[in-house]
Amino acid sequence: MEKYFQKDVECASREEILDIQNKKLVEQVKHVWENVPYYRAKMEKAGVTPDDIKSVDDLHKLPFMSKKDLRETYPDGLLGVPKEDVVRIHSTSGTTGKRVIAYYSQGDLDLWEDCCARALVAAGATKEDVVQVSYGYGLFTGGLGLDGGSRKVGCMTVPMSSGNTERQIMFIQDLNASIICCTPSYAAYLGESMKEMGLTPKDIPLKAGIFGAEAWSEEMRKSIEETLGIKAFDIYGLTELSGPGVAYECSEQHGMHINEDHFIAEIIDPETLEVLPEGSQGELVFTAIDKKAFPMMRYRTRDICMLSREKCSCGRTFVRMAKPMGRSDDMLIIRGVNVFPSQIETVLLEHGYQANYQIIVDRVNNTDTFDIHVEMTPEMFTDNVSDITKAQNELMQGLVNMLGIKAKVTLVAPKSITRSEGKAVRVIDKRKI
Amino acid sequence: MSVKQISIFLENKPGKMCEMTEVLAERGINMRGLSLAETEGFGIVRIIVDDVYEATTVLKDGGYINKLTSVVVAEIPDVPGGLNQILKVFAGENINLAYMYALSTDSSSDKAYMVFRVDDHKAAQAALTRAGIRVVSQEDIATL
Repeated sequence: MEKYFQKDVECASREEILDIQNKKLVEQVKHVWENVPYYRAKMEKAGVTPDDIKSVDDLHKLPFMSKKDLRETYPDGLLGVPKEDVVRIHSTSGTTGKRVIAYYSQGDLDLWEDCCARALVAAGATKEDVVQVSYGYGLFTGGLGLDGGSRKVGCMTVPMSSGNTERQIMFIQDLNASIICCTPSYAAYLGESMKEMGLTPKDIPLKAGIFGAEAWSEEMRKSIEETLGIKAFDIYGLTELSGPGVAYECSEQHGMHINEDHFIAEIIDPETLEVLPEGSQGELVFTAIDKKAFPMMRYRTRDICMLSREKCSCGRTFVRMAKPMGRSDDMLIIRGVNVFPSQIETVLLEHGYQANYQIIVDRVNNTDTFDIHVEMTPEMFTDNVSDITKAQNELMQGLVNMLGIKAKVTLVAPKSITRSEGKAVRVIDKRKI
Repeated sequence: MSVKQISIFLENKPGKMCEMTEVLAERGINMRGLSLAETEGFGIVRIIVDDVYEATTVLKDGGYINKLTSVVVAEIPDVPGGLNQILKVFAGENINLAYMYALSTDSSSDKAYMVFRVDDHKAAQAALTRAGIRVVSQEDIATL
């Protein structure tokens, strides 16, 4: 039977949720107007005052916020409460541009931990469970966020943090850990390591995992579920909005429920900035309606995805967001077609390759050329040219089916794709437009 | 009784073959046979060496993907028609060859050695033995 952490809200009617959202939004706009001069100036420039915002229907009148606003207000220009009321900060890794520093009051931490607790219970957690948190602890939100959620549920919480794979496996076995929280790539790595040690899913006490903080595909989910013998749940969030738990997956594993009593989601056209009707694909925008220390109004996530209000069999009524299919800043337009690197990753994994690839786009005689370099793997290599080219042709066909345009695939030597600071450079766009 | 061939993945770019042989040369690995299959984008180098373990370790350390495949190595008289004699055996038994190449041998020897990659390794070996043709083992490679 489906279990809930806060059934009253998680299964509330649409009217009840709207009621909560309307009240909180009006209050939050006042709070921001009075306490965050930077956003007040944006509102004044847009000709909006708190009196114009009477309900969620008026949300579209408010100006957007983006990474640019965060850069301009670094380090504390968006602080919404006196500094003495701040009890915690977190910070992003800062791989793209400047770091973001997010501030939390005690109330902000409480609501965030509630969100994480909802995710854990949706993944099957009860107070009998042992939760191993293998996200990094520290400035990164993953570790402390799920830690807080796990303690709220009453689980025995193992604050492993990331790294030291041998010790991770030892604790899972010795403490009978039943739920693990980490990045999906680390989960895959753990699974491989356990397999190498000769462990089968039967020897691994884990039953579920909550994996987030990076993009992962359905194929990756299947492979993690098989190697670890668990059910793998997705979780969504960003430091700007608190951290993981903005949205979470239920047993249906079909989209993530957005915690609508704390966050209002909109889908906009990233070009025209217009709000799109329900069910459209576009950029996800969030307004945090009760976070006080670091309020985010209409924050553009750059994630491209879709929302669905279709009834979920788990009983939760929160709107569901699909796994983001890419970021609006990652999207490439090749020969007029939208291409997301994540789509290519999906096809590669489906065809037995690893997701080590590089997209090279150029323009020759006014036509875009589209090359994908894919690293050869020991599994895909044979002594026979015809076997390799057959697999290569199947991959190219798979890419055409997924993307709608043809790409030239070149197989390259392992580890030949340039990595800077550990992150691979996925796209090289040589077009001079 | 079989010989292990090492196949290596290389990009089809200037200098790639040279880089690979450099790795083998540095660690004193002598190749006894080699064939190269190429496509527009990549190539597969197949080699026969004395010490397979040593060679694959060296290649792995060098970051090369390699794979071991069993191949049939047959001894033939180094005279006109020598190869034809073996191919007749295969043809007669309907054994399909994926590819073949020769091993390097001492020019004073009157023997030549051919490497065959076949689908049905056992059938090929049995056919050769029945026809009185010597099939060489991995241990023999160092003595050829």
